[in-house]
Amino acid sequence: MSFLNNVITGISLGSIYAIIALGYTMVYGIAKMLNFAHGDIIMVGAYMCFFAMGSFNLPPAAGVLLAVVVCTVLGIVIERLAYKPLRSAPSLAVLITAIGVSYLLQNGAQILWGAATKTFTPIVSTAPEARLVLVPGQLSISYVAILSIVCCIVVMIALTLFTGQTKMGKAMRACSEDKGAAQLMGIDVNTTISVTFAIGSALAAIAGVLMCSAYPVLSPTTGSLPGIRAFTAAVFGGIGSIPGALLGGILLGVIETFAKTISTELSDAVVFAVLIIVLLVRPAGLLGKYVPEKV
Amino acid sequence: MKKKNLAALLMAGAMSLSLLAGCSSNGDQTSNPPASDAGTQESQATETDNQGGGTDVVTIKVGGIGPTTGDAAQYGTATQWGAEIAVDEINAQNGPIRLELQYEDDTNSADTAVSAYNSLKDWAKDAPLVIYGCTTTAPCVAVSTETFADRYFQLTPSASSPEVTNGKDNVFQMCFTDPGQGTAAAEYLKSSGLGTKIGVIYNNGDPYSTGIAEAFIAHAKELGLEVAATSTYPEDTTTDYTVQLNACKDAGADLVFLPIYYTPASLILAQAKQMDYAPIFFGGDGMDGMLDMDGFDKSLAEGLLLMTPFNASGTDERTKKFVETYQTGHGILPNQFAADGYDCMYAIYEACCQIDGIADMDHEQLCDALSALFTGGDFSVDGLTGSAMKWLTTGEVSKAPVVVKVEGGVYVTQ
Repeated sequence: MSFLNNVITGISLGSIYAIIALGYTMVYGIAKMLNFAHGDIIMVGAYMCFFAMGSFNLPPAAGVLLAVVVCTVLGIVIERLAYKPLRSAPSLAVLITAIGVSYLLQNGAQILWGAATKTFTPIVSTAPEARLVLVPGQLSISYVAILSIVCCIVVMIALTLFTGQTKMGKAMRACSEDKGAAQLMGIDVNTTISVTFAIGSALAAIAGVLMCSAYPVLSPTTGSLPGIRAFTAAVFGGIGSIPGALLGGILLGVIETFAKTISTELSDAVVFAVLIIVLLVRPAGLLGKYVPEKV
Repeated sequence: MKKKNLAALLMAGAMSLSLLAGCSSNGDQTSNPPASDAGTQESQATETDNQGGGTDVVTIKVGGIGPTTGDAAQYGTATQWGAEIAVDEINAQNGPIRLELQYEDDTNSADTAVSAYNSLKDWAKDAPLVIYGCTTTAPCVAVSTETFADRYFQLTPSASSPEVTNGKDNVFQMCFTDPGQGTAAAEYLKSSGLGTKIGVIYNNGDPYSTGIAEAFIAHAKELGLEVAATSTYPEDTTTDYTVQLNACKDAGADLVFLPIYYTPASLILAQAKQMDYAPIFFGGDGMDGMLDMDGFDKSLAEGLLLMTPFNASGTDERTKKFVETYQTGHGILPNQFAADGYDCMYAIYEACCQIDGIADMDHEQLCDALSALFTGGDFSVDGLTGSAMKWLTTGEVSKAPVVVKVEGGVYVTQ
């Protein structure tokens, strides 16, 4: 039973990683850049929801909506101001800029909202009785975990339909394959990249609210560690691949939970050892496309 | 092309502006409120002058170091604000000594702390300077190595590792050492008879947490207490503690000792409740501050025991006045970091008052005189975190630990 309990904990944690990893993977796939500020957008989203519910007494749904709207706008603004001017610059310059934006967001949050940790009010109840009991006294799932898993599945299906069926989705896939050719075919690359950032940031807002509901502490640095974990998940599953982000996220969550039961000291070492082994066998990640370099 | 450049310029401008904004807001916090004095103090730091009817007034420069930004900012700002209140009170007394406090940010990193220390030396120029800090252990070890070599007196409000003072005759602590706190915790459990089986959860990536936990476990065994489970986690940003709590629950622990900071502890309390595990939770002074977290459900902490030298709901006049001033100025309740900072200023002030010929001393002579006084055995200070506090030759403070219990959302001294 404790095995199944760990699987459930791992999957619900992994679902949150997966939602964050989707943002990394989409931006990487289309703009070919690592947006290290992604983790901090999670934090901004969580703060928005915290203030909406705490200071303005809005219902949870309105809090989530506000978080999504603010983060979407923030994502587009960051892309326009910080990344777009560097579109033709070397990728290292963009990477450093992304790290700079990450610090800007963290320190900005600290000036605006203070450094002290805040306790997040979960959007669904986390009381001991707020759980779905499968086997009385032994196996149960909390409502927050169910919500995370459901959100993750819904987001996955929606994104797959979006990239596969809609015009904008097709434009995204075209950009990710060959930006230059896509532009020649009449695709507005700049708008496509902006939309990608908007979607990624909206997902980050949702992930932020879910994460803080499951683990209710909130500080300006809340987003950085899950951001790095999710980046690992994205690489694990194959960066640039949407199903890869899901698989990578969930596997990472499950491995992390089991590694902790073996040894709490070594849990991170185990997680990253698995990552190294996978990358040795499959350099492009589990579901990534391996493109041999043509000389 | 033009448009692109303009946008880049704007972004760069916005970034540097926000940096400046950061600086100036820090600057505001560090400046000492009695503005009328500031100008005069600035110009004649070393010289004495005739003020208030012929008595010589000496201004001692105090250089504070601590994190006011970054992930430990709540501790640094508390030590800064607490000290500022004490400095205002001291300077308003019109005594023979004035203090001038300049506070520098170390972002909780050792190399930034050393740069902060260097800029404080530049700020003091030739005036006698006393170092107040650092707030956290790792930067404090780095800075104390420097002050030992350069001969500056150093008093830290809250860096609790023995490493800070080890082998340095010029460095003193206002807080308990980590091993000292661990031993005191074990002794309290032995004498109070709470808990038959003890579980310990600590952060093995943090010297504070590890220092207390190791001393606690060793001393508990000597006292014949049963430590049934020991579980660790790697960093304070860890969010899931169900595995660690399950280890304690499975071992049948009815008391869980948490020598950790309050942010992870608040998650542990919430997750223990979710899994219907209700042992007695017992924490160290890092637990102080939990009740003031925005949005924290205080009922989670009901019955929590913690060792803290300072109780903000204390009823003595001095505590009440301090809490009131702090709350009016900053909108939150002071924690023990703030109280330790307040006491540091009074310790420096009272020690300076007892030194003859302080007006003609340079920082080296002042360092030797203050160190000799602190370890002399006759010097003691009454403060918010203890009365008749004395210092051992190791630099460690000697004061009585106080255990409080959370009842109805406030501390009740046990």
